[in-house]
Amino acid sequence: MIFTLRNVTLPTGETSNVVINGEKIDSVGPEVLGETIDCTGLIVLPGFVDLHTHLRQPGFEQSETVLSGSKAAAMGGYTAVHAMANTIPVADNAGVVEQIQSLGVEAGLVEVQPIGAVTLGLNGEVLSQMGSMNQSKAKVTIFSDDGKCVSDALVMRRALTYVKAFDGVIAQHAQEPQLTKNAQMNEGSVSAELGLAGWPAVAEESIIARDIMLAEVTGSRLHVCHVSTRGSVEQIRLGKQRGVKVTAEVTPHHLLLTDDLVRSYDPVFKVNPPLRTKDDVEALRSALIDGTIDIIGTDHAPHPEESKDCEWSAAAFGMLGLETAASIAQLVLIDSGKSSWSRFAEVMSITPAKISGLNHQGQEILAGSIANLVLINPEVKRLILDGGQSKSNNQPYTGMTLPGTVAHTLFRGVFTVRNSELVERVQ
Amino acid sequence: MNLRHFISASDLSREDAIALMDTTHEMSQVGERDVKKLPSLRGRTVVNLFYEDSTRTRVSFEVAEKRLSADVINVSAKGSSVSKGESLKDTIQTLAAISADIIVMRHGASGAAHKLATSDWFQGSVVNAGDGTHEHPTQALLDAYTLRTKFSETPLGADLAGLKIAIVGDIAHSRVARSNILLLKTLGAKVTLIGPPTLLPSGLVVLTEGAFYDFDEAIETGDFDAVMMLRVQSERMQAAFFPSEAEYSKLWGLSRDRFARLSKEVVVMHPGPMNRGLEIDSYVADSSNSAILDQVRNGVSARMAVLFHLTQSERGLE
Repeated sequence: MIFTLRNVTLPTGETSNVVINGEKIDSVGPEVLGETIDCTGLIVLPGFVDLHTHLRQPGFEQSETVLSGSKAAAMGGYTAVHAMANTIPVADNAGVVEQIQSLGVEAGLVEVQPIGAVTLGLNGEVLSQMGSMNQSKAKVTIFSDDGKCVSDALVMRRALTYVKAFDGVIAQHAQEPQLTKNAQMNEGSVSAELGLAGWPAVAEESIIARDIMLAEVTGSRLHVCHVSTRGSVEQIRLGKQRGVKVTAEVTPHHLLLTDDLVRSYDPVFKVNPPLRTKDDVEALRSALIDGTIDIIGTDHAPHPEESKDCEWSAAAFGMLGLETAASIAQLVLIDSGKSSWSRFAEVMSITPAKISGLNHQGQEILAGSIANLVLINPEVKRLILDGGQSKSNNQPYTGMTLPGTVAHTLFRGVFTVRNSELVERVQ
Repeated sequence: MNLRHFISASDLSREDAIALMDTTHEMSQVGERDVKKLPSLRGRTVVNLFYEDSTRTRVSFEVAEKRLSADVINVSAKGSSVSKGESLKDTIQTLAAISADIIVMRHGASGAAHKLATSDWFQGSVVNAGDGTHEHPTQALLDAYTLRTKFSETPLGADLAGLKIAIVGDIAHSRVARSNILLLKTLGAKVTLIGPPTLLPSGLVVLTEGAFYDFDEAIETGDFDAVMMLRVQSERMQAAFFPSEAEYSKLWGLSRDRFARLSKEVVVMHPGPMNRGLEIDSYVADSSNSAILDQVRNGVSARMAVLFHLTQSERGLE
C-alpha cells in the first residue's frame, strides 16, 4: 500500500511530505502518492524505543500481557519495547525469551525485544545462559536483573566480562541492598517527617561508581537503569569523561514527580528507585539535555488494584509510563525551551535502538528506512484520566494535564494508532 | 473545631489544641466522680483495632470509650482474620459492614491511619493510636495537657508558650517524638532533640530549636522545664544504630547524676513502657519530679476529649 503523510514537520523544523510504500519510506520531499493524510502541525519522529518495560508475561497476566502492554506502547508512540526479565518463570533462558518474543510478534503492534536475566532466577549468584539467549531467535543483547541489583561485585565483574563475547550490555538496577533494607521512600526531610524508612541516594550512587570502575577495567558496556539522583548524574559524567562505555537512562516520573507526593501516603507514588527531590529532578533534566543521560526509559510497571489499594508499606513498587512518556519528554525538552526535537528523537528512539542494536528502529527519516514512525501533535493538552490501554491502573498522572498527544503511530508502515486511537490489528 | 478524624498532631491548630486540652480538663473531673460516666457516645460502636501489641494505649482508649458510654469492640491482630493474611482493606470493610462508627487503629505501617481516613473503605471517624514510626497524636495531646497542668497557672485556655522541652533518645523511630515535636511547636513550646547521631534525623531537627548529640552539654546549656525520655528498643541495637545497651545508657540515659544537674523543678516524662536502668534510672522515674503516672491518668481524659469532639463534629455541633 502506498500513502502520503502530507505536510509533516521534520525534527529539524522543515515541512515535507513522507510517502510510505509497504513497510518502507519511499520518499521524503514534495512527492505525493496514494491516499494523503494531512499532517499539518504534526511532528514526525522515528518510532519510540523503550529499553525498560515490564510486560509481566509470563506469570503476572492479571497485571499486563504482551498484548495489553503492546497496545499501551503503540498509544504512547512506541514501535519497540524491551521486556524486562523479572517474569515467572524468569527470562533467564532461551526458551522463555523466545516465548516472549513470539507473543510480541503475535500481538503485532510493536517490536517486542526480550531482555535476559543476568543471573539465574535473578538470584544474584549464578550467571544465566546469556550466550544461549543471544544466539536464540530472540537475539538478546541486553541483560538485566532489574528489580534487583547485581550487588555482588564479583558476579557483576564476571557478567560484564562474559557478555563481551557477543557485544552484550549489562543494564544495572543500581541499589545497594544493605543500605536499603525495608526502605520505603527517598531518605530526606519528607521521610523523616512521615516516619517511612529512607532510601538514601548513596545506595544508588555507590553501586554506579563501582560499576563504572568495573566497566572501565573490563572494557565492557554498562547501561545504568533509571538514574534518580544528582550524585548519580555526577558519577556518570565522570565515567564518560574517562571514556568508559557507560550509558544511562532516566524515567519520565523521575523527571517530573518528587517525594513530596508521598505525603498523601498514596501507594500510586511508590516506586523503585523512589521519587526524589526537586533538586534531583533539576539535575536529571539538565543531564538529559546535555547528554550525560542518554535515554528516557519508562520503567512501565503495571500492578493490580490490590497491590496499590492498601497501606504504603504493603504496596508494590512501580507505576505506569508508556502512554505518558512522550508528554513528559516534551515538557522537559521542548516546552522548557531548552532543547530540540532532534534531541527528543535521540533520547526516545535513536540512542535506545543503538544501545540494543535494533537495526530497524530509530532510523533516520529517509527514503529506504523502515517506516517505524510516530506523529506528535505538540499543541494539544490532555487530561490524564486513567491507565489507558494497560490492564492495570497504577497511573500516577491521573488528574494532571500533560502537553502533546500521539496522533499516529506507524509500525512497519502500518498504522497501529490513527487519530489518537488504537487500530486493532486484523488477524 | 471540625475534627472528623484524628490522624496527626498537625491536624490541630493552636486553638484546636487548647480547646482539646480544656475538654481534657473537664473530662478529668468525670474521673473524680462516683459515677464515672457520660452519655456522649451512647449507641455508638467504637472498634479498637490493634495490629501491634499495646497494653496502656489500648486500655486507655477502652476506658475512655466506656466512660463515654460507647459500645466497645476490641480486635487484635493475633487471633483474628488478620493473622490469616486478610488485607487491611478487607478487615476495615468488614468492620464497616457491622456498622462501626469510630475505628481506633494501631498499625505497624506508617501512614496506615491516613490511608484509612482518605480511602473509601470506611465512612466513619478514624483515630490514629500509633502508625508505624510516624505518629501517635493522642500521646502528644496527653503530654501537652500534662505539661500544662504542671506549668500553667490557670486550668483552662492556656498554651505552652516559652516552655523548654528536651526529647531524648530514639527520635528516628519514635512516633511519640514526631507527634510531640509537632504539637509542642503549635503550642509555642521550644523543643530540643537529644540522641545518638544514628537516631537523630536532620529532617526532624529542622522542625525544632536544635539538637545535641551530647546529653551533658545539652543539660548545661538547655535549662529545660521538662525532659521527655523515649523507650529504647533492643532491635535498634541489633540493626547497628548503637553498639550496646551499656554504652547507650552511659551516654543518653537519664541517670541520677544527670538528673541532679537539671533544674530542681524539672518535669520528667516517659511515654512507657520504661526500660528502667537503660534510658531512665529508677530513682528518677520514681522521684517527685516524675510525671509518668500523671501521663497515664491524663491519657484517659485526653482520649475522652478526642472522641467527644469527633462525635460533636459529626453531629455538626461544632
